[in-house]
Amino acid sequence: MYNVPKLEDYSAALDKAVNELLAAVETEAQAVADAKACEELRNRWMARKNGVLTQINDLWLKAAPGPNKRDVGQRVNQIRAKVEETIEATQQRIAGSSADARLKAEMIDISLPGIRRSLGVKHPVLKVLDDLIGVFVKMGYSIAEGPEVESDYYNFEALNFPPNHPARDTQDTLFIANQERRPQRDRLLLRTHTSPVQIRSMEKLKPPVRVICPGKVHRNDTPDATHYPVFHQIEGLCVDTNITFADLKGTLEHAMQSLFGSNVKTSFRPSFFPFTEPSVEVSISCPFCGGKGCRPCKQSGWIELLGAGMVDPNVYGFVGYDPAKLSGFAFGMGIERLAMMSYNVDDIQQFFYGDMRFLEQFA
Amino acid sequence: MKISATWIRDFVSPAVDDRKMADDLTACGIAVEGYYGEGVDLCYEAEVTTNRVDAMNHYGVAREVSAIYDLDLTTVLPVVKEHRAQKPFVIEIEDAQGCARYTARVARGVKIGPAPKEIAHRLGLIDQRSINNVADATNYVLNELGQPTHAFDMDKLEGGKIIVRRAKDGETLTTLDGVERKLTKDDLVIADAVKPVALAGIMGGEASMITESTKNVLIESAWFDPATIRRTARRLGMHTDASHRFERGADYGITSKACARVATLIEQTAGATIEGEIDVVARKLEFPKIKLHGSEVRRILGGEIPEAEIVRILRRLGFGVEGKGGVFTVEVASWRLDVEREIDLIEEIARIYGYLKLPSTLPSFAGAVVELPEAQKNAAMRQRLLALGYNESLSTTFLSQEECTAFGQGEPVRLANPLSEEAAYMRASLVPGLLAQAAYNLNRGNTDVRLFENGHVFEAVGEKVDERARISFIATGNAQQPGVHGKPEAYTFFHMKGDVEQLLAEFEHRTIYFDRHVPEYFHPGRSARAVLDGGTVARFGQIHPEIAAARKLKQDVFVAEIMPERLFQHELRTARYTPVPKYPVVERDFSFVLPEGTEFEKMKAVVEALNIAEMEAFEPVEIFRGGTLPHSKYSFLVRARFQSAERTLRDDEVNSWSQQIMKAMESLGGVLRG
Ligand SMILES: [Zn+2]
Repeated sequence: MYNVPKLEDYSAALDKAVNELLAAVETEAQAVADAKACEELRNRWMARKNGVLTQINDLWLKAAPGPNKRDVGQRVNQIRAKVEETIEATQQRIAGSSADARLKAEMIDISLPGIRRSLGVKHPVLKVLDDLIGVFVKMGYSIAEGPEVESDYYNFEALNFPPNHPARDTQDTLFIANQERRPQRDRLLLRTHTSPVQIRSMEKLKPPVRVICPGKVHRNDTPDATHYPVFHQIEGLCVDTNITFADLKGTLEHAMQSLFGSNVKTSFRPSFFPFTEPSVEVSISCPFCGGKGCRPCKQSGWIELLGAGMVDPNVYGFVGYDPAKLSGFAFGMGIERLAMMSYNVDDIQQFFYGDMRFLEQFA
Repeated sequence: MKISATWIRDFVSPAVDDRKMADDLTACGIAVEGYYGEGVDLCYEAEVTTNRVDAMNHYGVAREVSAIYDLDLTTVLPVVKEHRAQKPFVIEIEDAQGCARYTARVARGVKIGPAPKEIAHRLGLIDQRSINNVADATNYVLNELGQPTHAFDMDKLEGGKIIVRRAKDGETLTTLDGVERKLTKDDLVIADAVKPVALAGIMGGEASMITESTKNVLIESAWFDPATIRRTARRLGMHTDASHRFERGADYGITSKACARVATLIEQTAGATIEGEIDVVARKLEFPKIKLHGSEVRRILGGEIPEAEIVRILRRLGFGVEGKGGVFTVEVASWRLDVEREIDLIEEIARIYGYLKLPSTLPSFAGAVVELPEAQKNAAMRQRLLALGYNESLSTTFLSQEECTAFGQGEPVRLANPLSEEAAYMRASLVPGLLAQAAYNLNRGNTDVRLFENGHVFEAVGEKVDERARISFIATGNAQQPGVHGKPEAYTFFHMKGDVEQLLAEFEHRTIYFDRHVPEYFHPGRSARAVLDGGTVARFGQIHPEIAAARKLKQDVFVAEIMPERLFQHELRTARYTPVPKYPVVERDFSFVLPEGTEFEKMKAVVEALNIAEMEAFEPVEIFRGGTLPHSKYSFLVRARFQSAERTLRDDEVNSWSQQIMKAMESLGGVLRG
């Protein structure tokens, strides 16, 4: 540790003392390793009270005889500048290394899981419905809606289900109570299909008509793995001059390929619906196994997906369209069954429990 | 329906194997959905649509095969050795509307015994139990020709006659199944001179059924009116092979042939002698002659089917076809009551020609896609709820009466034929469904639940039903998950209020306030109503603890109900730009001691009433209770933020505003804390 000597003379002794002092500050500065030592160094050398610089001021400058004062004064100033410079540099050196240390200390385990904000998930059935709507909107179809509580007229009569017709038996209709006093056509029930929206749309619109009608329907089905009294359908209707059965085939082929990929094949076979004629059952080659056979297609390679057909001329009579000038096709399908196949869900009731663990899988 | 391939080949036998024949039948509308049996015993499990009653028998399916492969169909021509009647049996049709035709034969000296092996085997193939030679004869003909016939023990018929008439009110008949049926004047019956002996077209009577001691048999083969049969069958809850066919329209032209066919079988298998036919026609059914235009076939189908092909197909199906040059007159076969119009013929042509052979085209379209008026608003709500972390859900439409009354305001809508009493009403609110789903989750250890549903609710208005949309969401559990990164934070009323505010912020409005006008199923102290420009648009908050307890919800559950019919009257918010301020914000904090129960909404109101243009916000910062404060007081730290778009604010003006704020707060009993 450097001590300030008293000077014997102001020539040789001064030179030696100055050199020793400058060497000493350099040595001490180099030894400084942390901020605390740096602060001590600064205090030892630069403190106003008894710092080395103060001491040389007292011992060297003030004690110097008159003729030497000027020279000593200059030397003391040079020393002060040099010492300040050295200490400043030391401080810089220490500050730099402590920033490194801080970064090191602030290191965290980035392998821990992130903090996630949960996002809501669309219902799988409504997601499938969205996809279907998207395909038909691109083909020029507008969306139409209708009530879930319908009249006998819209759900049956205008769709060419005459009163007491056996075809009504297949619908497992849920009826609203206290309707006995009303005329049959006004009696309310829960729509068993989205087809009433066809009638409502034609009543409202002039041809050409292209609508897609998604919605909820109800049937008197006891819940089990494949039945639920609440489910969804989508209905499509295209009416114009010169719409043909060939257009029905082309439209549904195109839609199925948009939905399931261009390799999907579509098959048509006769069926029966009171409001279409000719009526068809539409199947697609199984998009899940490519036709080789799997669980969704019951090993057949084909999946029945839609009911469709040319709009029965009787239906036009109910909405004031001229069947001699206009023709068109309609199609409809259930959404839950398609969602079940798409996601390999084996119980339709899962869609209606609101189970968070179930729903969050469809993110 | 079960079909034996060999039985079809009695009438037409194409040069393809039974599997190929099944595929071709499927393609033309007789959907073969499965097979069973081997070799000559191979059978089809077929689905025949309800309009095609003509194909619900082997001969009918054979007719389809003959049309598909263009092959002749063997005609069934029973040859009866007729014996002169000892005493003519009398048939009277009193009700021509109910029964258009009644054909009968008498078989005498029958020996009831087991049916021969071939008949029993054939019936066995299609899952029909062999009973005895006479019963099997009628069943065989039903499955072969589709005509329901009936065999009476003739000696049980009083007065030697049959009368087809309506029942008298109060008359009864015990049917073959042993059930005594009370009849009404709408029911068509077969009666003898004294009493009903059969329910026409549905089921025979027990008293005149064939037994081991039966000697003489009357064979009935009739045509009954579909609507009449259907009405009685429905009223009595009966559904038989016979009623299934008569309801859908049997073959008026086949009564005689079917009667003779049954008689022949009884003659051969029961050693009977057969008397001459008694055929009473009360009403002649006319079969339409339909004009068919080639141009209409093209207009509907969009493909070119050769004229010769059209004629061939219709003739093979049994229709009479006249004419050429693109216009035909087609006479409908007696077994095709479903064919009445040109379009019905076009369908026949298309399905036999082959749907797959018709072309595929895409129609052109000149119209525009029109969006539903509320589509964007619904989409915005859905998107925001998903972003806020709610999962989209679907719940049942049906509730119990208690739930409807507890959660709905109006008259509940009851179903006439509900699945159960618990599901006897249409939902008046989405809340019970979501509560059930929350309980479902909690019972399975999913303690954090966020669900929303957009669905309809229903209310009775007299005999009519008011149906409207609701958007509801439910939340319970943690807003912030516990874990390595920090402590959990419970979901509270204020999380839900924040979510409601976020949703309402999507819509243009001038004013919004919250008050405590909520239905009784909410916790009265922790729930609110949101009012936008004077209209109630939402209600939300914690579910009443009693309701939560009754539903075994062991944690606080929060629900919100949005009323789109009011909210959607507001336009979606349009984004607007105002310049970002250049001058600094000045903040002033005030700590007031206030009487307990003073609501922040009130403080805000009195301070905002000062109309300090530069006051940019007045917000709560901290609430403190207890310590040295008495129970009747609490301490509230609020912050006012001042800012000007034009200049830096001066101390003296901020001080003056602060003074005004303090004064305003004093009017609410607030005392500034040192
Ligand atoms: Zn498959």
